[in-house]
Amino acid sequence: MSKIKGISFRKIVVYSLFGMAISAIINSCQSASEIEMAKYLSNGKDIYLARCQNCHGVNGEGLGELAPPLTDTVFLKDNKEKLACYIKNGVSEPMQIHGKTYQEKMPAFKDLHDIDIAQVMVYITNSFGNKQGMYTYEQVARDLQHCK
Amino acid sequence: MKKLTLYAAFGMLLFGAACTQEKKLPILGDREAKISKDANGNEKIDTVYKTIPDFKFLNQDSVEVTQDMFNNKIYVADFFFTSCTTICPVMHRNMKTIYDKYQGNPEVMFLSHTIDFKYDKPSVLKKYAQKLGVDGPQWQFLYGDKATVYSLAKEDYLVAVQEDSAATDGYVHQGWLVLIDKHKRIRGAYDGTKTEEVEKLKSDMDVLLAEKD
Ligand code: HEC
Repeated sequence: MSKIKGISFRKIVVYSLFGMAISAIINSCQSASEIEMAKYLSNGKDIYLARCQNCHGVNGEGLGELAPPLTDTVFLKDNKEKLACYIKNGVSEPMQIHGKTYQEKMPAFKDLHDIDIAQVMVYITNSFGNKQGMYTYEQVARDLQHCK
Repeated sequence: MKKLTLYAAFGMLLFGAACTQEKKLPILGDREAKISKDANGNEKIDTVYKTIPDFKFLNQDSVEVTQDMFNNKIYVADFFFTSCTTICPVMHRNMKTIYDKYQGNPEVMFLSHTIDFKYDKPSVLKKYAQKLGVDGPQWQFLYGDKATVYSLAKEDYLVAVQEDSAATDGYVHQGWLVLIDKHKRIRGAYDGTKTEEVEKLKSDMDVLLAEKD
């Protein structure tokens, strides 16, 4: 009786330890990616304020018809893989944002590295009412190979 | 002793009253003394302040504009160019908030001189104004040749401007918003890229409008 009890007790301990280990791994992974995302957001915000805010506004509101707002979540999502090219090489083509056509010229930011572009992209796509999650510098590198 | 305190109190009251007198903005720029004779032949000395000289430029509607347009008005002036990607968007974002505040006020005008004599022809200025959300004559965008505009900036509005092929967009200039009174005198210069300074400009404009000359 006591032997059976002992075995089952040991089993319980082993299983629960195993379970705890698993959940510890999952939890630590989650917080590592959260920390990564927070880092992207905060660096991205610095880049945004220094380089983009003059035209796009502190709240992503844009500037008249001279610079479009960054609040059209659908546009940003549909054109996600083009954004890195827009930022790195500049852009001047008609764009439909909030149903309005903008055609102006955005300058190229040749000096921004893939990581900077990824960070500023994560910032704009998770601010001003957007919530689109992470975008890594590896994805930026891939996107930049397909610029027109 | 009691009398003394009374006088002191009276003096303090007077002083206090003097301090609450009508607020006035300083007059900026060089000044000189001019001696003239009045009707009775007595000499008197007037201080002559620096004023913005007359000019003649084309505006966004390709109409020739002189200082007559600004007679009896206070105005805010700046120097910019339409393809500027650095400070101009901020300056004009801020200047637009001033424009919105005084829109329709017949005593207030706005004047932006382009320093890009190559590209910013009146039609370009017109498109820019419309895209900024400015329509109508209260905000004038003026085009002129390099020598005239640059000397007006440096000598008269005291704003540094220059062509510079090493700069991001080919020109460098300061972001001052310069406040001019009804006698064409400079009454303030504010950093148009800083929202605090732009707020100060707005309240100074109210002071200037209330000023009795
Ligand atoms: C000189 C002004 C200017 C600056 C500075 C600027 N942009 Fe733009 N941006 C524009 C204009 C103008 C367009 C529209 C271009 C067109 O019509 O082809 C645009 C378009 C965009 C778009 C796509 C359209 C939209 O509204 O979603 C994104 C995203 C964007 N910019 C992000 C940035 C980022 C990030 C930075 C900073 C690294 C930046 N911009 C800096 C002027 C600017």
